[in-house]
Amino acid sequence: MTGLAPLLDPGAAAGADERLSPRSAARRLLGRPELGAVVGAVAVFVFFAVAADPFLHWSSFGTVLYASSTIGIMAVPVALLMIGGEFDLSAGVMVTSSALISSMFSYQMTADTWVGVGVSLLVTLAFGAFNGIMLVRTKLPSFIITLGTFLMLTGLNLGLTKLISGTVATKSIGDMEGFPAARDVFASHWTIGSVDLQVTIAWWLGLVAVATWVLLRTRAGNWIFAAGGNAEAARAVGVPVARTKVGLYMAVAFCAWISGQHLLFSFDVVQSGEGVGNEFLYIIAAVIGGCLMTGGYGSAIGSAVGAFIFGMTSKGIVYAQWNPDWFKFFLGAMLLLATLLNAWVRRRAEATA
Amino acid sequence: MTTPHTLGKDAPQPGTPLVALTGVAKSYGNVRALRGVSLEVHAGQITCVLGDNGAGKSTLIKIIAGLHPHDAGTYAVDGEEVRHSSPRQALDRGIATVYQDLAVVPLMPVWRNFFLGSEPTKGRGPLRRLDVAAMRATTREALARMGIDLRDVDQPIGTLSGGERQCVAIARAVHFGAKVLVLDEPTAALGVKQSGMVLKYVAAARDAGLGVVLITHNPHHAYLVGDRFVLLKRGTMSGSHLKEAITLDALTREMAGGSELDELTHELSRTPAVTEPADGADPETRA
Repeated sequence: MTGLAPLLDPGAAAGADERLSPRSAARRLLGRPELGAVVGAVAVFVFFAVAADPFLHWSSFGTVLYASSTIGIMAVPVALLMIGGEFDLSAGVMVTSSALISSMFSYQMTADTWVGVGVSLLVTLAFGAFNGIMLVRTKLPSFIITLGTFLMLTGLNLGLTKLISGTVATKSIGDMEGFPAARDVFASHWTIGSVDLQVTIAWWLGLVAVATWVLLRTRAGNWIFAAGGNAEAARAVGVPVARTKVGLYMAVAFCAWISGQHLLFSFDVVQSGEGVGNEFLYIIAAVIGGCLMTGGYGSAIGSAVGAFIFGMTSKGIVYAQWNPDWFKFFLGAMLLLATLLNAWVRRRAEATA
Repeated sequence: MTTPHTLGKDAPQPGTPLVALTGVAKSYGNVRALRGVSLEVHAGQITCVLGDNGAGKSTLIKIIAGLHPHDAGTYAVDGEEVRHSSPRQALDRGIATVYQDLAVVPLMPVWRNFFLGSEPTKGRGPLRRLDVAAMRATTREALARMGIDLRDVDQPIGTLSGGERQCVAIARAVHFGAKVLVLDEPTAALGVKQSGMVLKYVAAARDAGLGVVLITHNPHHAYLVGDRFVLLKRGTMSGSHLKEAITLDALTREMAGGSELDELTHELSRTPAVTEPADGADPETRA
């Protein structure tokens, strides 16, 4: 009986000859993943420009960019990972782990700080590889695997730091060899006029540029979209989906290392309990920037705009002299609005004739 | 990474089938999904595999496509016995499979889908990048050669109709030099008009010299384009015919299982209220 089914569906035949009308420039623009974020960013900017006088000062600009960059550096790989169809809940604490490893290795071994930085890079990349390999081997949801890594790293950060340093913070490594040079790379800043620009802004913009290039102009980028959009189809046409996903987790780890080193070299000591909850900020920035929770759609530039909205909101509330408690409310409302807009975009993009 | 497959690179003697299965069997645990199935695929011909749901069509397609190795029997490509353990190996031997629902990534543009997994690049080292202009142009050309006229290769492939998506997947396989094209139910879930369009492109692929395996449960579609017919029933081969040796009626009858169809005809004829709406839309009930 089921054999009769296909021909009993005359409705499907109706659209056969209909041609899609050519898309106008406006509709093409509507199809961009970043659109919602850019509209949101303009709205937030205008809002705080009116509500908070100091917001428009040039010096505030540097502060807002700095706040944006610390989230933005991590939002870039988290966005790529989401386009690839996966989450990383361990991204927040991994930043702290990376800083702790670097600091404690240098201190305990009385080694040049660059040795600690190098060891930290290797170990952090190993965390990323662990997440990725567990994911592709066990085929468990990334939510579960990275939640496990998140809890384990949180415990390790506290436990090992107490065991080794005796306190919840690391010892100062400010007087150790190589510290000034490392600080130049990860935590320096320039002053142009009244604007104080942190080096993290350069790291952030550089990462956005590289990620955009990779996503749109390389085979790896094609594979990332395909792995998140339809992993089975991608595998069937020969895309190395498993390798792509492991690579994405290692990219998250790499950026966690950059963030971690910034944390260490700007504050000299690292608090072992930090970082918890930041993973959501990265995900929020990526989602506001147009990444779909289900993968296959999004952009690195969008994540940067998402991070910029985050930076403007967090500092704007301070400049407006409001209670910072409101910050979370704004963040939540923006997340909902952005997700609604994205869902609408996806329905349009996926609509079949 | 991927070696381009060249059409007819070591052309077999005429008469040697591109793909020949002999007495192939496959079990999943204690379930014997397929037993004693033989089929031949020749260049420029269409071999149809017919069977109802659960007859073993998907198992057969997975063996040909290299997703699962066969347990018994032989699988020969160009007369040489093979045993595939990954779809990539089958692909490298020029056997391309277009799955019914796995064919494309809906949110990606047509041109990215077209080259997915075999993207051409230019430049060296860190500047190695997709040759985007060539990818767009080639996609448009390859589709046009198959008679598919898309206005915009930048639109997400999910916005195409089901039939158009199948056609793009077929054009992709032809472009990448497949010698054998395996199509898994390309007309299932399509309306009459769209099915006709897909069958036209299947015929175009055949005319381009490819051997085609068309898996379907619709004898009417199969008879329109097929040269050979292999009938599967409950995991075994219940018939194998050349087109000259069988009529559409006989094929339909054999596929449905003669007595079952008689019973169905009988049942339907006693309740005219049911047959009336189905009559116009469905030629099968008239058979």
